[in-house]
Amino acid sequence: MINSSLKELSAALAAKKISSRELTQAFLDRIAQLNPALNAFITVDAEKSLAQADAADKRLASGQGGPLTGIPVAQKDIFCAKGWRTTCGSKILSNFVAPYDAQVIERFDAAGVVNLGKTNMDEFAMGSSNETSHFGPVKNPWDRLAVPGGSSGGSAAAVAARLAPAATGTDTGGSIRQPAALTGICGIKPTYGVVSRYGMIAFASSLDQGGPMAKSAEDCALLLNAMAGFDTRDSTSLDRAPQDYTRDLQQPLKGLRIGLPKEYFAEGLAPDVARAVEAAIAEYKKLGAQTVEVSLPNTQLSIPVYYVLAPAEASSNLSRYDGVRYGYRAPEYTDLMDMYKKTRAQGFGAEVKRRILIGTYVLSAGYYDAYYLKAQKLRRLIAQDFTEAFRLCDVIMGPTAPTTAFNLGEKSDDPVAMYLSDIYTIAVNLAGLPGMSIPAGFGANGRPVGLQIIGNYFAEAKMLNVAHQYQLATDWHTRMPEGV
Amino acid sequence: MSLTEADVLRMAHLARIEIEAREVAPMLGQLSNIMRLVEQMQAVDTDGVAPMAHAQDLSLRLREDRVTEQDQHAAFQAIAPQVEAGLYLVPKVIE
Repeated sequence: MINSSLKELSAALAAKKISSRELTQAFLDRIAQLNPALNAFITVDAEKSLAQADAADKRLASGQGGPLTGIPVAQKDIFCAKGWRTTCGSKILSNFVAPYDAQVIERFDAAGVVNLGKTNMDEFAMGSSNETSHFGPVKNPWDRLAVPGGSSGGSAAAVAARLAPAATGTDTGGSIRQPAALTGICGIKPTYGVVSRYGMIAFASSLDQGGPMAKSAEDCALLLNAMAGFDTRDSTSLDRAPQDYTRDLQQPLKGLRIGLPKEYFAEGLAPDVARAVEAAIAEYKKLGAQTVEVSLPNTQLSIPVYYVLAPAEASSNLSRYDGVRYGYRAPEYTDLMDMYKKTRAQGFGAEVKRRILIGTYVLSAGYYDAYYLKAQKLRRLIAQDFTEAFRLCDVIMGPTAPTTAFNLGEKSDDPVAMYLSDIYTIAVNLAGLPGMSIPAGFGANGRPVGLQIIGNYFAEAKMLNVAHQYQLATDWHTRMPEGV
Repeated sequence: MSLTEADVLRMAHLARIEIEAREVAPMLGQLSNIMRLVEQMQAVDTDGVAPMAHAQDLSLRLREDRVTEQDQHAAFQAIAPQVEAGLYLVPKVIE
């Protein structure tokens, strides 16, 4: 059962072979047993989850169930869920009980999905290893010496270790795709604007996008059906007709044109990752696809551009944490200014402080044109690279990350080295394109390798089709770590 | 352009983050490394390129000017550090 697809779980629930309560309890038991070693969850509330499961069982009994009714899904602790502690991995929100639901949570509630708990993450989603969390690092279930990636590292580890059938993530520079790759699961970051950011704690608002993380592309498609949708409360939400992301899963891939960016297979890519990705592409050729070389010449620039835009937006977004209306307040202070400064000094971790200070600097008087505006101009050049590439191909493929999971502590003292590990994912956020990662084998050290699939705007159904057909022909996505 | 310790202190003040004297030098080193990465941008000519804020180049929607929220101040203030009579309490700012 822990390996069952969402479709199988849904069928079992509909046929009364299992109740949502039993299913939820089974995963809660796994969490109780395995989470102390993995630290994938920040908050588990069995009573709340089981109450939702009971409600789902009633709904199923009355014949009102949908495809996800009764299925437990772990929620990244960035999504506000009414009555649940929602920390965003930070001390400054360590006592914050959300008084309202994120739109994603509302939509899951409406679908009858059970909230299985809140997963660990890099503080305010700033990190690529889950080591910046106030609640401690998450261990990679494949090798507990390794990081699970970040920032959605708790969600990734929870799905990989089968502590949850599926989970949610958010992706600002790769935070769904990179942890999915490093833990051998699937994750999709939709086109910017497809999933509402309402109630999703803001990091870099022009880049942040929520999406599902699960064992298979098919599961991701079902979850995205529940998550996506227009929301007037998010000013950048796109008003588009609802769609069924499972609609193209069965399409054959004959004639599919796969673009291979030469910059993604250049210096810096580990040979074992390259081998796994090349083997996946060979498999696609067997399925009838053809490949074409494309170029994304501004790839290297995406990192500096990102490290202007994201910190700038973060410094503005995080100014709301002032110790006045909610969250942590320093216990001792002399006056209002001192209260702000001590609250924020004690409440934020080192990486968050670095990014706030960089963001403050690039936005400060006299520097706006040289940094923020310059970065926004380069952002357009980066997006145009993709527009050019998509004239030649239907999807772009390459590695999700340059290496398999690195060791805990390996890069935590060198922020710039950590930033460089997001070289293949960041440009997708800057362009606002959809991107996903699917498992494509293992590296020399036995740690998983992810294949990245990048689509044109609103091509999620196509990408899920491309991923699903590969998963019908291969079994990497069914592998699970030993000892879990 | 290189950062100085004075810049670090000024940014920390603007961002309302207390920074201890012993933290300034290491912070300067880390921020300087990040800014060196950022400076790579300056090598590219962007004359005539329009800045991009949103992939779909959306303009902000307007909505009808009417009340859509209910009064929930009691629920919202229940999680505040210090409240009295419906007001958030902070240290006195006017003598």
